[in-house]
Amino acid sequence: MKAKGELQEYKVVGRKLPSEAVPNPPLYRMRLFAPNHIAAKSRFWYYISYYKKIKKNAGEILQCSKRSEPRPGRVKNFGIWLRYDSRSGTHNMYREYRDVKVASAVTACYRDMGARHRARPGSIQIMRVEEVAANKCKRKHVQQFHDSKIKFPMRRTVLSKKQQNAPRFTTNKPNLFF
Amino acid sequence: MVYKKFIEIGTVVYINLGPHAGKLAAIVNVVDQNRLLVNGPCSKVPRCVVNLKQIKITQFRIKMPFGARAGVVGKAWEKANINALWAETKWAKKIESKAKKASLSDYDRYKLMKIRQKRSKIIAAEVRRLKKSAKSQ
Repeated sequence: MKAKGELQEYKVVGRKLPSEAVPNPPLYRMRLFAPNHIAAKSRFWYYISYYKKIKKNAGEILQCSKRSEPRPGRVKNFGIWLRYDSRSGTHNMYREYRDVKVASAVTACYRDMGARHRARPGSIQIMRVEEVAANKCKRKHVQQFHDSKIKFPMRRTVLSKKQQNAPRFTTNKPNLFF
Repeated sequence: MVYKKFIEIGTVVYINLGPHAGKLAAIVNVVDQNRLLVNGPCSKVPRCVVNLKQIKITQFRIKMPFGARAGVVGKAWEKANINALWAETKWAKKIESKAKKASLSDYDRYKLMKIRQKRSKIIAAEVRRLKKSAKSQ
């Protein structure tokens, strides 16, 4: 899979094709994060054939629907359990992200894994994504924003055009804050 | 170096870039180090996530709890009368005058040039008069 752009959440339900022996095969539902519904269906078959004895030509997808975020106006902490292949083995991980939508958090996770561990999206399997309550978060970089009276200054790190073009020798100190 | 303005819940920010450029909004929550959840119901800014790089902090702050809904934000905004206070600031006036200048027609620019010439003539005449009186003393 290519984690192109911002991923979207899909609910995919599928089953093995009914046969004489098994007229009502069990249904399997997956919660997937993919760039589009085609990639979602493809990923569904990837996982299903890995974990169950169902192949795409012997099965059918009954539903592939996009899920939109129920409360995009609220900031949430997401815990993501994943499994990825590194160069020398496969490992489990638990990562936390703070975001407004599940799909954005998972997208951030893919980018983060690529950056920190050079893991390509094809070698990452997102096992579980859940919203985590603030007091249950484990990562410091997420916990530091759990402050109802949060307050921090906004530093100016890039000089304004006027300051960038200032003469080499000057008596004015640069203005480094807003 | 002392910081006078802070990113806090309720700080009114001016959105510089993006789809809601040119509008004010209040900080509802902090997503992470680079992003804020803002909402400006009285200035037509829907609840959205903006990057710190897209905004500038104003001197105003409204009293509201973190994560407050749009109705609560709107009420606190009206109570603090932000729209009126903002219109009085030099910053807002500069934005307005810049917009006006950019929307001048050629005839308006000609009129402006003539008025500026007139003004500088008056100033120059007064300067000459003061210099003459200073020299004669």
